[in-house]
Amino acid sequence: MRRIISVLVENAPGALSRVVGLFSQRGYNIESLTVAPTEDQTLSRLTLTTLGDDHKIEQITKHLNKLIDVVKLVDLTEGAHIERELMLIKVKASGAQRAEVKRCVDIFRGQIVDVTSTLYTIQITGASDKLDAFLEAVGDASIIEVVRTGVCGISRGEKVLSL
Amino acid sequence: MLSGGDMLIRALKDEGVEVVFGYPGGAALHIYDAIFRQKDVKHILVRHEQAATHAADGYARATGKVGTVLVTSGPGATNAITGIATAYMDSIPMVVISGQVQSHLIGEDAFQETDMVGISRPIVKHSFLIKHPSEIAETVKKAYYIAATGRPGPVVIDVPKDMTHPANLFAYEYPDKVKLRSYSPATRGHAGQIKKAVQLLLAAKRPVIYAGGGVVQGNASGLLRDLVNMLNAPCTNTLMGLGAYPGTDKRFVGMLGMHGTYEANMTMHHSDVILAVGARFDDRVTNAVSKFCPNAKIIHIDIDPASISKTVVADVPIVGSVESVLTDMIALIKESNEKPDAEAIKQWWQQIDEWRERHGIYHKTRYDTSSDLIKPQDVIKAIWEVTKGDAYVTSDVGQHQMFAAQYYLFDKPRRWINSGGLGTMGFGLPAAMGVQMADREATVVCVTGEGSIQMCIQELSCCTQYHLPVKIICLNNQALGMVRQWQDMQYSGRYAESLYEDSLPDFVKLAEAYGHVGMRVTKKEDLKAKLAECFAMKDRVVFMDIMVDQSEHVYPMQIATQSMRDMLVSKTERV
Ligand SMILES: Cc1ncc(C[n+]2csc(CCOP(=O)(O)OP(=O)(O)O)c2C)c(N)n1
Ligand SMILES: [Mg+2]
Repeated sequence: MRRIISVLVENAPGALSRVVGLFSQRGYNIESLTVAPTEDQTLSRLTLTTLGDDHKIEQITKHLNKLIDVVKLVDLTEGAHIERELMLIKVKASGAQRAEVKRCVDIFRGQIVDVTSTLYTIQITGASDKLDAFLEAVGDASIIEVVRTGVCGISRGEKVLSL
Repeated sequence: MLSGGDMLIRALKDEGVEVVFGYPGGAALHIYDAIFRQKDVKHILVRHEQAATHAADGYARATGKVGTVLVTSGPGATNAITGIATAYMDSIPMVVISGQVQSHLIGEDAFQETDMVGISRPIVKHSFLIKHPSEIAETVKKAYYIAATGRPGPVVIDVPKDMTHPANLFAYEYPDKVKLRSYSPATRGHAGQIKKAVQLLLAAKRPVIYAGGGVVQGNASGLLRDLVNMLNAPCTNTLMGLGAYPGTDKRFVGMLGMHGTYEANMTMHHSDVILAVGARFDDRVTNAVSKFCPNAKIIHIDIDPASISKTVVADVPIVGSVESVLTDMIALIKESNEKPDAEAIKQWWQQIDEWRERHGIYHKTRYDTSSDLIKPQDVIKAIWEVTKGDAYVTSDVGQHQMFAAQYYLFDKPRRWINSGGLGTMGFGLPAAMGVQMADREATVVCVTGEGSIQMCIQELSCCTQYHLPVKIICLNNQALGMVRQWQDMQYSGRYAESLYEDSLPDFVKLAEAYGHVGMRVTKKEDLKAKLAECFAMKDRVVFMDIMVDQSEHVYPMQIATQSMRDMLVSKTERV
């Protein structure tokens, strides 16, 4: 099952490599990884998505918790949560295609953020499956370049991940 | 005001460090100069950095204190890696201080630069890179705290040379306490879980206590003994746990696992409740996990939550220090006034005694003693006799290690010192030096093979320099015996690169060249007398080259992919 794990780590050199190293060392996979500082200067927040059964996820969270640089973590997929990913994508857009692509962007509530005579650069945010669906809708033949940020997420309601 | 180099050594002193095992080099020279100008912290100059780590490791295992290593950057640091990995696998508290190139040169492929924090990352509990000399005292404090607490392990402190420069002075203060918001090792176990565990144990008809290195490290041997007595249950120890429960006690059924005793493996397989304490269901213990102890409910006590239900799922997991959890369990049993089912336990013991009788290695001699050749097992038994079972025994890796584990019955914890997790050949001699440093009066034996000893043999020179009178007992089978055993069993006797073709050195002369006593034993009838002679030379290093039967295999041996009870008990008998 796909899981989204959110981790607060010390904003210390090497902290990220310890997390990434743990995954490769123990043969866990990382589907996506995002990391950035938080409002607290001393902490970074890292979101990673991974695949695994309950047993594997339990091991992953236990081992993450063992890292001295990991301050706190939560498996967001255990409860209601919001998940977002941002994608920038260059798509062929000439002739009749132009209107077609534009329509598709509107349906997915994306924005065209740059234009040339032959292509659009589009920005889309949402859960990963929405981004996947957009790629499918546009079709491989039209896609020129894709970049995705990876997932970030937060719990719904009162639940927070903080110190 | 102190320089970084002086602060580092002063911090070691303030931490209570008595001895550092190390080897100098460019990036560490300011630190070495600081060592020269003081007397509190002793330094032992090894002959290879791997030996420094094993010596510090042996010191730590024997004493329970944190072992300390000091090496230079680059090759000094990489040479230390094997020993760090060894300590990591066996959860040994150790601090490794490595010199590093000057901070402004980091990343430029400077002379003797290597990314020590990076290279060691998967095999340390934690690591630090010093960014400013003023961090030194606090970092040392943190490093020792992390290394020693929770599930212990090695910690690296990488120190760029400019951090220790004698011209730059800073205020020094050694902190009393450390603040680590992200690290709080578990201590007490969950009361509800402990209660469940006690109920399960008291209701058990065929209980077994499976105790590992965590009991040794957690200083809980006395408690384990009390619990075993209260329950009148059989106790087995892992390779790492030998000595956690007295080896000569009647409730001890021997080591379990791949080369465990028949009775220990049978007891495990047929049990209805297993209490695992400070053990981690290693693959060398469980054999095929899917076939592991089919009828047993499993209680698992460990300080490391990640060790619980990692391979074998626990029915009653208890995270906590072994000492505190066992204390709570014993108190609860006393309070409850309940007793184990005496009749069931009696029958259980009858069954176990039957197993002992059938294939147990302590009841009868199960190997062939009819030839004139010296049997490796007999050597270990003879060492046990001459040392009255009370020596520190370090070992290398191979058949000799398994024979030592099987036949030297350890009655005390911290006496059996071997590389269980990583299986590092070369560990034995330097580890013995570390033990001897910890206790200058103790009898320290290194049981080794002619293969393993050559991996750190240079340390014979270190033994000379510091008068470390360890006794090296080499079970010389003229082969990488354990490799050869597997080649006999699985490769139709094709001995691919496990023989030396008459290239072995004359170990007697070699020992003498280092200023030690060398002895060779080739005749069975000489064995005991020569061993007695060896151990009588209290203040000498003695290298005993004992020519043993080449064809001997270690048994029992579990059959791969099968359950705990599937074993070969000799070359021809499968049970
Ligand atoms: C550093 C290292 N290299 C290789 C091995 C694999 N290995 C395990 S046992 C063994 C043979 C050891 O030979 P020896 O020390 O003579 O012991 P014996 O088995 O003959 O008693 C080898 C090569 C190892 N454990 N460690
Ligand atoms: Mg050998």
